[in-house]
Amino acid sequence: MSDPSEKGKIPGPDSAVELSRRDFLRNTGATVAATTVAPAVLGAAGARAQDAPPATGTDIQLTVNGVSHRLTVQDHWTLVELLRDHLQLTGTKIGCNRSECGACTVLVDGQPMYSCSQLAVWMDGRQVTTVEGLVQDGQLSPLQQAFVDHNGAQCGFCTPGQLMTATALLNSNPSPDAAAVKSALVGNICRCSNYNAIVEAVVDAGRRNGGAA
Amino acid sequence: MKQFQNLNARSLQEAVDLARQAGTRGQVSAFSGGGTDLLQQVKDGTDPADVLINLRTVEGEDQVTEVAGGIRVGGQITLTELASNEQIRRDYPVLAEAAAVVGTPQIRNVGTLAGNVTQRPWCWYYRNGFNCYKAGGDRCYSVVGENQLHAIFGGGPSYIVHPSDLAPALVALGARFNVIGPEGERSLNADQFFQLPARNPRYENTLARDELLASVVLPTPRPGVVSAYHKVMDRAAWTHAVVSAAAVLELRDGVCNDAVIVLGGVAPIPWPATEAQEVLRGRPVTAELARQAGEVAVSAAQPLSRNAYKVPMTSAVIERLVLALADGQTAV
Repeated sequence: MSDPSEKGKIPGPDSAVELSRRDFLRNTGATVAATTVAPAVLGAAGARAQDAPPATGTDIQLTVNGVSHRLTVQDHWTLVELLRDHLQLTGTKIGCNRSECGACTVLVDGQPMYSCSQLAVWMDGRQVTTVEGLVQDGQLSPLQQAFVDHNGAQCGFCTPGQLMTATALLNSNPSPDAAAVKSALVGNICRCSNYNAIVEAVVDAGRRNGGAA
Repeated sequence: MKQFQNLNARSLQEAVDLARQAGTRGQVSAFSGGGTDLLQQVKDGTDPADVLINLRTVEGEDQVTEVAGGIRVGGQITLTELASNEQIRRDYPVLAEAAAVVGTPQIRNVGTLAGNVTQRPWCWYYRNGFNCYKAGGDRCYSVVGENQLHAIFGGGPSYIVHPSDLAPALVALGARFNVIGPEGERSLNADQFFQLPARNPRYENTLARDELLASVVLPTPRPGVVSAYHKVMDRAAWTHAVVSAAAVLELRDGVCNDAVIVLGGVAPIPWPATEAQEVLRGRPVTAELARQAGEVAVSAAQPLSRNAYKVPMTSAVIERLVLALADGQTAV
């Protein structure tokens, strides 16, 4: 903002709040927590979130990578928290924890979903597949092998999510072209920006086995 | 995430009863369809819910069924299913196209029609915990603030834009909105369902806190009706419309017998482009007519300090959409 007179003057009955463009950008960065917003403008909702009713446990049955589990889960646990913290399946990663990056993608009844944005309690009776479930008889899946061959992983943090979304794609479209792969993977962000290698790997996996991933 | 209670509803009636019971206990409840956005709001504290009422355990409310004069689409149908359903794609392509450009595949696999239509706005002030009108406060920070993505029509006192892609499509199709509450079901037209901030600055629709959108009914398209949805985004995926338009045109021998065009991303509710409709009705569709329709559509636009770029963008979206439908005229 070039003209200082443009600084926002926001009149109100309780307090006059001034927000410069710089203040606004600092306070509303993509991953900012509500707690960093100036207290003068925080809504009542921000304060409420600190209050917590007693934890509520619910019994569920779910199948993860072919293994049936009967568990008591806390209602506020996300699926990825159940997988990582209680079933020790740490292959699934938590990136943004707000359904923006795709690192936490798992398959639920065959469909890719963000496990950071699903409650564990909602998984009662469902079939969950994580990256640990792709290996069969000690062998990498053709898709995993293609990721190895094409250097599909750089830092590797997004790779489990990329693999799960691409597995679902190959299950429905065994030989996708690059456009189909890009369209299917829009919900999986690679911070290394290794997209070309990822797309090549998925296309090649389809080309090689001409069938299921 | 903070602790809360999840309640699995077995029917929509049970869901709204659970919401009312929670209210009488002094608890704040929220209905959960796909749950994606709701959980972000709970994590952020912008939704104070301490009881989540899970609608995925309700059976049969995700179906497309024939009813007199049209089809009924259950509110719990996923966006993935809406985008791929053969009947929707054939008879109501504008709705299938709108569903296909929401978020990402992971979101569409869980997100529902009802959840998309009733999601809260994505204004960055509201989403970042500012105590604005949408959070129950008494001001709109965008007025003298960062309003690049805000309303050019229908604003005041709040200038949010309605975030739903399905909503403009449903309004353009003349949908009726079936709402269920503790006292039973009622059926509303779009103009009774969505509300401008001048009428209620906090909520984008007329649902009471213990009511939910149960289903929509879409009338059978007349012969010659074509429809489409165009969405302009600032990146190719996973974002909301900067400007979008849903168009339902009745074309015969190159003449536009009827036109309904509803805009997204430019107003606090799905915004009917009534001036454009008037220009199109009864005239042969030409490039010049499409241009005129786009031009008159913005005659009443009132841009804020940083969003005037949406005005010519809105004209262009309407022009291109009308021409695309006229060029690819495939009557249903």
